[in-house]
Amino acid sequence: MREEIDEEKEVPDQKEMSQEVNDIKEKMMEGQTTKTLTKEEIQAALEERHSPEIQKKLSAGHVTIAGLGGLGSNVAYALARIGVGHLHLIDFDVVDITNLNRQQYFMEHLGMYKTDALKSLLLKINPYLDIRTDCVKVTEENLISLFEDAGIVCEAFDNPEAKAMLVNGILQHFPKKKLVSATGMAGYGSSNTIRTEHLMKNFYLCGDRVTEPGYGNGLMAPRVAICAAHEANMITRLLLGEEEI
Amino acid sequence: MITVNGKEIQMKQSISVAAYLENAGYQMKRIAVELNGDILPKYEYSDTMLKDGDRLEVVTFVGGG
Repeated sequence: MREEIDEEKEVPDQKEMSQEVNDIKEKMMEGQTTKTLTKEEIQAALEERHSPEIQKKLSAGHVTIAGLGGLGSNVAYALARIGVGHLHLIDFDVVDITNLNRQQYFMEHLGMYKTDALKSLLLKINPYLDIRTDCVKVTEENLISLFEDAGIVCEAFDNPEAKAMLVNGILQHFPKKKLVSATGMAGYGSSNTIRTEHLMKNFYLCGDRVTEPGYGNGLMAPRVAICAAHEANMITRLLLGEEEI
Repeated sequence: MITVNGKEIQMKQSISVAAYLENAGYQMKRIAVELNGDILPKYEYSDTMLKDGDRLEVVTFVGGG
């Protein structure tokens, strides 16, 4: 809270804060705030940062995230923070100790299904988001039923064959859906080799496209997060009507 | 002549997409293929013959996420 206030002081040109947001800040400084903000309070803060026009589109957004590891958990965090209103989270796995080097989970989540752990975390940021979870492994058989209602699809799997299966399935069965995928983000190579490409009509691919995990070059928080942020930002652009990379 | 991932390739004889991909060393379970702007479903790889002027894009997925 302190930092936020200081930041405001250092940016005198910034548009004056709305009275509503100021009131909340003052209450929190005085330790009088309740633990849960109201839907209106959160909405006002998001509109303050993003503008009401932009927020309207984000709040109406539907995104399905397939895979809740280093990519998916970071994508989900980013989209939840900016108030993307409808998130569908898909993963079959539980949180493992080796996930903590890059995925947005905590020790208390070890052994929990990632769908349950991540949903609980996202609701701490914004309890009014509509979050649907499916704790299931995506297969060629269940792909159509899992994704038929999807808005934008985010491929965030770890396994290369699962990535290829999902991308082929979505492009083949749902050619009109926007699909944002990622490949190549292991290690600590240059940040600047991670990029977003617009490969087919509705298909966007993020990553360096070549670096897979290996000894001494594993998946690490910084570079995986860069790639996840590429995905999240492309999804944000698509939600806001920007189709170019 | 066909174009694969932006590079022009001379074809000595007409071959299927499946044969081309196998000869080029692609791992079939880790790729997505676009032919002339549209996704090519995997079940069509064997029956689709490459012809002069075709544009093929092969996306290879590596592990990590």
